[in-house]
Amino acid sequence: MSKPTTVVFHYPTDKTEMPEGPYAIAGVLVETNAGWRSVRPIIADDKCVQCDKCWLICPDGAIDRIEKSYTVDYDFCKGCGLCACECPTKAIRMIGEGEAE
Amino acid sequence: MSSEAAPERRFISGNEAVAWGVRLCRPQVIAAYPITPQTTAVEKLAEFIEKHELECEYVNVESEHSAMAAVMGAAMLGCRTFTASSSQGLLYMCEMLHYVSGSRFPIVMMNANRTVAAPWNIYGDHRDSMAMRDAGWIQLYVENVQEALDMMIQAYKMAEHPQVQTPVMVCLDGFVLTHTYEVISIPTQQEVDGWLPPYSPSENVLDLNAPKSLCISVSPEWQTEFRFQQQEAMEAAKAIIPIVDTEFAACFGRGHGGLIEEYRCDDAEYVLVAMGSVVGTSRLVVDQLRDEGLKVGLVKVRFFRPFPKQEFAALAARVKGVGVIDREVSFGYEGALYTEVKAALVSGAGNPVTINFVAGLSGRDITKENIATMYRKVIASAGGETEPEMQFAGLRWEPW
Amino acid sequence: MLEIRWHGRGGQGGFTAARLLGMAASLYKNYYVQAFPSFGPERRGAPVLGFTRIDDKPIHDHSKVYSCDYVVVLDESLMKVVAAWEGLKPDGVMLINSARDPASFQAAPHHRVYTVDADGIVQAVLKQPVTNTAMFGALVAVSGLVSLEAALRAVELTLPPEICEPNKQVVATTYDLLKGQAVPA
Repeated sequence: MSKPTTVVFHYPTDKTEMPEGPYAIAGVLVETNAGWRSVRPIIADDKCVQCDKCWLICPDGAIDRIEKSYTVDYDFCKGCGLCACECPTKAIRMIGEGEAE
Repeated sequence: MSSEAAPERRFISGNEAVAWGVRLCRPQVIAAYPITPQTTAVEKLAEFIEKHELECEYVNVESEHSAMAAVMGAAMLGCRTFTASSSQGLLYMCEMLHYVSGSRFPIVMMNANRTVAAPWNIYGDHRDSMAMRDAGWIQLYVENVQEALDMMIQAYKMAEHPQVQTPVMVCLDGFVLTHTYEVISIPTQQEVDGWLPPYSPSENVLDLNAPKSLCISVSPEWQTEFRFQQQEAMEAAKAIIPIVDTEFAACFGRGHGGLIEEYRCDDAEYVLVAMGSVVGTSRLVVDQLRDEGLKVGLVKVRFFRPFPKQEFAALAARVKGVGVIDREVSFGYEGALYTEVKAALVSGAGNPVTINFVAGLSGRDITKENIATMYRKVIASAGGETEPEMQFAGLRWEPW
Repeated sequence: MLEIRWHGRGGQGGFTAARLLGMAASLYKNYYVQAFPSFGPERRGAPVLGFTRIDDKPIHDHSKVYSCDYVVVLDESLMKVVAAWEGLKPDGVMLINSARDPASFQAAPHHRVYTVDADGIVQAVLKQPVTNTAMFGALVAVSGLVSLEAALRAVELTLPPEICEPNKQVVATTYDLLKGQAVPA
């Protein structure tokens, strides 16, 4: 799975920079989308059994799996809590957005 | 009938001529839903494909809306396409007409002009295409079967022009042209291949190597600029259309003119303005009245969109009276062609009298006598007599 | 310019007859031609009209045909239901599919009427009551507008191959029958 990334989209500044029709390059996210989150997930590595469930269930692809380790991309996590709900060993807990870990 | 390679001179119907014109342009995808009086055009194309005389994918669809959606999908992949419709069918695909023009795909279609129900009737008038005049398509009206064939070929050239990228609707009067057989010349495949290269799309196509979104949503902050582009493309088309015809004439030995064509207007004092097959009939009346010493002329509007505003602005100073034949009425106001001609005349110098003649609705014939009466009324009006500005060309209880 | 009106019933090929004449005229003599149909309700048996215009210069007229030089009636029963005489010029020619004598159709002394028993001929050759090619052959003979050769070639180019030969035979038969009687305009 590919991870969402933002790109800088160049908006036309002049008539000559307008596309020849209403099209635009695909796969573009111009903003991160995490700004309205109220809780966020914290993964405890010592309890994690690498079952892949959190990585698969995340609706936004905001959990990265790098070899045997899982990390949350907080730029794109919206705090839905599905990962915490699905984790079979309760290795993931949701804490308040402003709360320290 | 044997379907050998097209010989020089052929006696075929308007619909068959459209099929030949399209065939010669080598479309890659055709999708259409049959409706009288368009049916035989797309049936002929299906026959060409079935016999492998045209390598093209024919997609059978369940409606006209789907037909335009299907060819739009093909256009999004960079294919040259064709579809056709009429009347109720054209209106059924209305939403898609806007989608195609707004997305800037150079699709070419034929519309067999037929009135729109209710009351229901299969015969010809311009109600259907006029109802679509704001859909952003280049719209042209042919006078005879030869022009029908030739303009299918020219349509692809102008639609696909990099500065145009606007779909084109070629209109033929229902039955009077679609089902009328005339003697015409069909160009060879070789000639057309030399004149019309394969479609070379802009960046505005789907591409696995450079993924993009097409026909995107555009916010209020940006949509105006896209609409400005559409308008600019139509303005650019005004200059490109006559050039395409000149180039066509140089290759095929015959041309059909620019946005308008004038017949005996050089020293005319009174003119009629018309579109489609009635132009042919009107030529005879011009000759007849000229023989009587009347200085009359005829303006054939070939392209309704883009509208030949400058041409009419220039005409205003040259004539004393202008009559406009409309084969539809925008209820609550006037014939649509009249409204636009009058506005264009006003933008020029001079102040000719103008009369709107609503005629030929739903297949009612416009006779040579009717046309002569129109000229006489324009002349009378210019001479100070009172004539209603808008008149139906004879009603059963008030015949001309 | 000459204008010919063909009266038929839906399914009898009245418009095909109009086209056959047009095809023949455009092929051999480089005439300009126009052919078009006019129908009411689209069903078998309903009266239909076909028109052919022939000229030696381009035909611009796209209005209907109101006055004809020739009227051809493919089905005798139409004489009672359609205004077959309407629009026929005073010196025009009426050609009717009938076994009866022309005099029985003469409504006025100056009328030029020809009849031919097309029904009998097509029943024998085609085994079907489709009289278009028979009346086409008859008109060719009566009018002298095109040659028999052009007429036969028009049939070859217009009709499906499997029915070409019998129809050419029909054309030639009615042509021969009427040729002796013809006084071309």
